[in-house]
Amino acid sequence: MKRTSYWRRFGITGRGLVVVLPYVWLLLFFVVPFVIVLKISFSDIDLAIPPYKPLLEWVGENSLAIKVNFNNYAFLFTDSLYLNALLNSIKVAFISTLFCLAIGYPMAYGIARSKPSTRNVLLLLVILPFWTSLLLRVYAWIGLLKANGVINNVLIWLGVIHEPLSLLYTPFAMYVGIVYSYLPFMILPLYANLEKMDWQLLEAAEDLGCRPWQAFYKITVPLSRNGMLAGSMLVFIPAVGEFVIPALLGGPNALMIGRVLWDEFFSNRAWPVASAVAILLLIILVPFMMWYQSVQARESAGR
Amino acid sequence: MNYRRSVFIISCLAFGFAFLYIPILSMVVFSFNASKLVTVWDSANSPTLKWYSSLLHNEEILDAAWISLKVALINASGAVILGTLAGFGLARFSQFRGRFTLNAMTTAPLVMPEVITGLSLLLLFVALEQLIGWPAGRGITTMTIGHMTFSMAYVTVVVQSRLATFDTALEEAAMDLGARPLKVFFVITLPIIFPAIFSGWLLAFILSWDDLVISSFTSGPGSSTLPMVVFSKVRLGVSPEINVLATITILVVTAMIVGVSVWVARAAKAEAAAT
Amino acid sequence: MTTAGAVKAAPWRDPSARPYVEVERVTKSFGDFKAVDDVSLKIYKGEIFCLLGASGCGKTTLLRILGGFETPSSGRIFIDGEDMTGVPPYERPVNMMFQSYALFPHMTVEQNVAFGLKQDRVPKGEIAERVATMLDLVKLGSFARRKPHQLSGGQKQRVALARSLVKRPKLLLLDEPLGALDKKLREHTQFELISLQDQLGVTFVVVTHDQEEAMTLASRIGVMNQGEIVQAGTPSEIYEFPSSKFVADFVGSVNIFEGKLLEDEPEYVRIASEELGGTLYVSHGISAAPEATVWAAVRPEKVFMSTAQPEGTDNVVRGAVQDIAYLGDLSIYLVKLPTGKVVRVTQPNTSRHAEAITWDQQVYLTWDSTSPVVVTR
Repeated sequence: MKRTSYWRRFGITGRGLVVVLPYVWLLLFFVVPFVIVLKISFSDIDLAIPPYKPLLEWVGENSLAIKVNFNNYAFLFTDSLYLNALLNSIKVAFISTLFCLAIGYPMAYGIARSKPSTRNVLLLLVILPFWTSLLLRVYAWIGLLKANGVINNVLIWLGVIHEPLSLLYTPFAMYVGIVYSYLPFMILPLYANLEKMDWQLLEAAEDLGCRPWQAFYKITVPLSRNGMLAGSMLVFIPAVGEFVIPALLGGPNALMIGRVLWDEFFSNRAWPVASAVAILLLIILVPFMMWYQSVQARESAGR
Repeated sequence: MNYRRSVFIISCLAFGFAFLYIPILSMVVFSFNASKLVTVWDSANSPTLKWYSSLLHNEEILDAAWISLKVALINASGAVILGTLAGFGLARFSQFRGRFTLNAMTTAPLVMPEVITGLSLLLLFVALEQLIGWPAGRGITTMTIGHMTFSMAYVTVVVQSRLATFDTALEEAAMDLGARPLKVFFVITLPIIFPAIFSGWLLAFILSWDDLVISSFTSGPGSSTLPMVVFSKVRLGVSPEINVLATITILVVTAMIVGVSVWVARAAKAEAAAT
Repeated sequence: MTTAGAVKAAPWRDPSARPYVEVERVTKSFGDFKAVDDVSLKIYKGEIFCLLGASGCGKTTLLRILGGFETPSSGRIFIDGEDMTGVPPYERPVNMMFQSYALFPHMTVEQNVAFGLKQDRVPKGEIAERVATMLDLVKLGSFARRKPHQLSGGQKQRVALARSLVKRPKLLLLDEPLGALDKKLREHTQFELISLQDQLGVTFVVVTHDQEEAMTLASRIGVMNQGEIVQAGTPSEIYEFPSSKFVADFVGSVNIFEGKLLEDEPEYVRIASEELGGTLYVSHGISAAPEATVWAAVRPEKVFMSTAQPEGTDNVVRGAVQDIAYLGDLSIYLVKLPTGKVVRVTQPNTSRHAEAITWDQQVYLTWDSTSPVVVTR
């Protein structure tokens, strides 16, 4: 039986006051901007400051004309650059998520199964990189992957290769960078989920004749589904729109939508086009965000 | 519980941690390398501290660090207030008009690609400037507002999850003894969840300090943050001063985290011993 | 007059006595579910009134309504003559002792106890004095500076008690006060609670699922089931004169025989029971419809067991000992009748070398004609 919160008695005034400040702030600085992006995606580019024409214009004495320009969106669909970038971003994000899962799950599992004292140390070691600047950590890979970088130097010194491999400014470097940066985001929700598991279920299964790997497949994996989904969403969704890593590690051929948006905005000053790209990206990602929300809701309901 | 772990798991852990830490360690090591090429070890002149002194005299980096600090401090404090209010509301009031929206607005920034958030914020500021004249150009103010918007989402999550495990009987007991709800919040709830609020503050601080994309969109002339300066340098390739910066950052963060963990562990031990 | 004295006068029997706490037709619904269903109660000053029932029966909800943490969907609450129905907890002269104690972890024992007084803006000197007196009363004087996590379960409970009593509330609500304590401590604390209440003269309302606790503490018990009070009365009234099968079975153990009335006279009734395989003669009249099914309840300690056949045909039955549980001070025997029904008999072990009755032994069971209680529902 759920206890009615005492705060209910307060009616609208007290409760409303508590949430009104963050609510208004987010409405103003998070939601309204998206509306503006939508609006600008329908306007014309203009050689002015700001570089777009207004949506509403006075035409004559008493009439207002709304000019909704679908050109920007048409442009996106006709020029293959954007579609390719979008599809490539989704592909890259998806594959990176799989790698994060492949590396992160055993790690999270290992941490969850350790003694409490070791566990805290291991968790600390996972969190530490997370608190160090992403930018700097990606930079570290430049040092490792470049022609006279650490990896090439070591391989040459070992005699494995004789000429440096071209590792930097390749899609490979970008994958490494993304998996590297987002790994903690996969490990932590997975760990949180696995930590709550009742390990006696596995012992019961083995007692009933199940072999360890079977028990893992049949019990641990299904129960950690929410953790896997949460971690995957935390990696996939931001990775699709990732900019820094492709810019620093990917080289000119790494076509990611985040980079396209940035270039469109800063280099070409084509704000309306950039806005259209943003809206498109948003439309694709919103279903995943809602999926993430529902996974979180399910997880906390089961608590 | 049976703490057995298979060889497979242990080797995965080893590989995973090596993967996480080798880049970091390599940066630290090469910060002492005299060669400008950074990754080619100049054994004749290394190890050296020359890049350290060079960094500490680099005006551009120091100015940028100062700006980053200001923004991060204001951002963290503001985000904590907004995030605590939102987290409290979401955790305690199971039903109110706009709850779904507030919940969505506080979880979306966590996963939203920063280019989208950054772009939208910039367009907002431009439109606002046209409409009412404020903000006049972009700079520290607009950056701080942008940072606060996504930082508060993180604080909300931290506070909300802390309050979910909070024993409401404590608040009821306080009310039963005569304290009005507002007093209960400040005298009972807040002190008890303070560690969560503090970690939310730290999280907001670090997110702002490290942020590149949103800062780039929302900054103006003369308000370059440290990550922005680093990015422009790093786009051109490696730079020994950046290695130094990385080393210093890692040391500070490590000291902070280890310090906090030890402090928490000691307090927990004292509590357990006294019971 | 002491609290115990005031209560001995049995004010609930006096129609002109004014109740201290009155619950008037209170109902509390959560959606379709009625947690409290049209409950009316009168509680008198100085009583220890126990709400007894299984989990989910609504007793905690009723307590929370008295405390102001829930508002009734309908009905009213009066405390010392004033209508307190919509009044929030911080404005009620009522204090509650929570099941989990709810001690403020970031404050010392002293600060915890002083908290309520601070809210009332009591002058500092007086606060210190009252806190010290109360801590001495619960024998925690030397623990004033400790923090809750440094206390044992029993000590925490005493702090919670001190904290809620220091404000001299008109009514103290206790939610399963002894639930977290082990058996020995529980017994000890039960008597301490009674003594404390007597000294301070505070009216208690206690919620518990433990009938032993209710029987020990209460001046009166209200047995609750599914949101309703099924019977309210003194412990002996509830035990010896249950008004229904439910109450008879809930409080203590009981043997219930279903049967039909053979003879129905003002001074006695005779009941034929198939379950029993015989007849019961009850030496008091009951009111029941002529062909109604009735149930006769006989407490285990009122059943006599012997190997020799007793006289008479009423209230006598033969059976075989199926099981014995030796509890030290008494033994419980389960005797199986030819009809298949198992009768529970308890006998004190009065002698150390008594001639023991063993398994499978044939015995005769009998009871006095005043022992059965006949209920019609």
